Amino acid sequence: MLLVVEQFLNGLQFGLLLFLLAAGLTLVFGIMDLVNLAHGSLYMMGAYFAATFAAWTGSFLAGALMALGATLVLGIVLEVSALRHLYGRDHLDHVLATFGLILFFNEAVRLIWGPAGLALPLPAWLTVPVPILPGIHYPAYRLAIIAVALLVALLLYLGVMRTRIGMLIRAGASNREMIGALGINIKLLYTLVFGLGAALAGLAGLMQAPILTVQIGMGENILILAFVIIVIGGIGSIRGAFLAAIFVGMIDTLGRAFLPNLLRQVLSGAAASTAAPALSSMLIYLLMAIVLVVRPEGLFPANRR
Amino acid sequence: MKGLSVSKAVTALMLAGLVLLPLYSQLSGNIFILTLFTRIIILALAAASLNLIMGFGGMMSFGHAAYLGIGGYAVGMLAQEGVGSGFIQFPVALAASAIYALVIGALSLRTRGVYFIMITLAFAQMAYYVASGLARYGGDDGLTIYNRSDFSGLINLGNRVQFYYLCLACLFGVIFLIWRIVNSRFGLVVQGLRSNEQRMQAIGFPAKRYQLVCFVISGTMCGLAGALLANNTDFVSPAVMYWTRSGDLMVMVILGGMGTLFGPVMGAVVFLLLEEFLSQITEYWALIMGPLLLLIVLFGRGGIMGVLGRAGRG
Amino acid sequence: MAEPLLRVEKLVRRFGGIIATDNVSLDVASGELHAIIGPNGAGKTTLISQLTGHLAPHSGSVSLAGRDITYLPAYRRCALGLARSFQITSLLLDFTAADNVALAAQAHAGTSFRFFANARKEKGLRDAAHAALDRVGLLHRADVVVSRLSHGERRQIELAVALASKPKLLLLDEPMAGLGVTESQRMVQLLQELRKEVSIVLVEHDMPAVFALADRITVLVYGRVIASGDPAAIRANEDVKRAYLGDQHVVTHHG
Repeated sequence: MLLVVEQFLNGLQFGLLLFLLAAGLTLVFGIMDLVNLAHGSLYMMGAYFAATFAAWTGSFLAGALMALGATLVLGIVLEVSALRHLYGRDHLDHVLATFGLILFFNEAVRLIWGPAGLALPLPAWLTVPVPILPGIHYPAYRLAIIAVALLVALLLYLGVMRTRIGMLIRAGASNREMIGALGINIKLLYTLVFGLGAALAGLAGLMQAPILTVQIGMGENILILAFVIIVIGGIGSIRGAFLAAIFVGMIDTLGRAFLPNLLRQVLSGAAASTAAPALSSMLIYLLMAIVLVVRPEGLFPANRR
Repeated sequence: MKGLSVSKAVTALMLAGLVLLPLYSQLSGNIFILTLFTRIIILALAAASLNLIMGFGGMMSFGHAAYLGIGGYAVGMLAQEGVGSGFIQFPVALAASAIYALVIGALSLRTRGVYFIMITLAFAQMAYYVASGLARYGGDDGLTIYNRSDFSGLINLGNRVQFYYLCLACLFGVIFLIWRIVNSRFGLVVQGLRSNEQRMQAIGFPAKRYQLVCFVISGTMCGLAGALLANNTDFVSPAVMYWTRSGDLMVMVILGGMGTLFGPVMGAVVFLLLEEFLSQITEYWALIMGPLLLLIVLFGRGGIMGVLGRAGRG
Repeated sequence: MAEPLLRVEKLVRRFGGIIATDNVSLDVASGELHAIIGPNGAGKTTLISQLTGHLAPHSGSVSLAGRDITYLPAYRRCALGLARSFQITSLLLDFTAADNVALAAQAHAGTSFRFFANARKEKGLRDAAHAALDRVGLLHRADVVVSRLSHGERRQIELAVALASKPKLLLLDEPMAGLGVTESQRMVQLLQELRKEVSIVLVEHDMPAVFALADRITVLVYGRVIASGDPAAIRANEDVKRAYLGDQHVVTHHG
């Protein structure tokens, strides 16, 4: 019981992190029609910034806030200097150019911070276990991640659904020509949206940093998970990204936690322990395959009314 | 016409260089260059196979490195289990790649465009994780192959020069096949589908069937590259399937010129030599390579073949 | 009367709350040139898309030569002898004119799962392509890449592509769209020729052309058939005049 609740929360927490990453990716794709592989690099940069700034200031919170600002600025600089020139080009060009950016970021990080990973230690008040149910404790920091991510998701929802700029974003996601017709400064809107996406990725990276080590390439595997989420959720749909992210986070976490035991009940011990790691890492891709067979356009496509 | 002849001349020069390379290596005693170029040729073969679906078929696969792994693991796993014959290893490698391509293609082709890019990428990543989970075959650390594929006296893969020429023959064979395919009925349909799928449906072609067959042919060809690569390194590990390798292959194709016969070979040669060259200058070669890619995308339309064509006309 | 070549029965297609095709029935006899007209937004393209298989109807049926094709995919309909041209020219832009047409011939001449022989050297296919190009008067442009051809030439190639599949029924979606006066006249002449060989469903805005060519005309307004009959009857029809208030002078003026 204890393990189930804990793994359930872990899944939720992981899913929410994935959402932060996928939301930025899907916004940028939905609005600017840009496939940005380097989104994972922004996630990595968020983590590196946080580790560095936290070490400088001696405060985790200050470091996190500065890192958030830094990824926002980095995103804007990246958009203005390079990615802006890719709008309207072939998707393949996007893939190639942002692939180049990944190489650049990984190498730049290696040059600046060295090949070894960094650690981002947590302040004491975030490490205490919090009783969530009678007899069940859960780390405060993971609860904090869940809270922050949910808050951001809510703000994003309100921002997109209730504000004027959100209206523009939605209009842009469903019909790109329309915002042009509305006489909006598209360049600025695009830069802002990209910056927002970058900050979301940075936030995900800096929050994940204390749980895993901060290392080169950390953004790449999780980026592919974000792709899977977008495929499952439907491109350009924030709601789809949210639900799919939670779903993927849960399946992945619970699968890794419980699949080996389940297999052991069906197969012999040796066979189970051989198959389990491979199988549990396949789970979400199998999920994606099923979605593709049943609903090729994703579960919640944005243009469905 | 003149533009054509410039790119043709450069291509011919490059091919002649590839054929004569072992001679140079022997005369100069530079063994390293032979090893380097064996690798280049194998990856050129992989890039050529990717070009079949990407350049001619318009299917932007970002998971092509999976076949390198599948072909390689077929060789490695059979060798591990005591089956050393190349006559078994290679067909198994090709068949395994074809089956994987059939399943992944059938799923991925349900979508198009960006989805297709993401999905092929995700499935290749799945293959990567599965290989990492194969504890019996080395897991994350990979699998050492103690004996190269045995072709019972027909050809000795342990001999550098013989192995080099085998790889070169495979590359030429595959390019010849691609050339025939591209100009065949099937090839015209596939290229028509790249150009305008709706039109092709309207004149009576069921699109997916042709695209799937093309996807499988391409995957099988790349599986061959995988089997050769494993023999070349005497080793196979999940790393050959890592998604950056798929990205490298895409870069080679685009750098050389998509939808041209020899473009991918040119792209592989230039890309890998550049990588080699830059890594000798600085440890941080990717710092240069990355922005270079960005510049190629922004300014180098049509890849090297395109630039040569324009230079000739210029 | 014999079984009609094309029979559309009680076809219904909705988009959300809007009924784009409202209980449409019509017959096209063998050898007939049947025009479908209607003001903008009358649902002509929606109807055509259901005939070609690019859009599934919600109810009703479409049959070709007595065979129900309501839910067949586009490529199967084409194999049964239904060819179409697109309203917005839709050719393989990076292929030559001859290649475009030869592919249509290829689709109807044996399997295309042939991987080795050079298809451009297949005499049968090339001859068919050249014949179709000759038919539309573009043989001299056979080896030009389509993206370099003029709009008018592309419209003619659309037709050649449709012809190359040796169809029983040709669905032409606004073949005159965007053509100049002389080009339009040439197209009308061409259609006069073609109608002798093949049955045609013609969707067109160009009223003089429609009244000059059609054996029968069906008038679509808001997705519904308001009149169907020979040109004289349509011209005299009060409902049609009302629907076409803006275009009335065209309808009465001509002939």
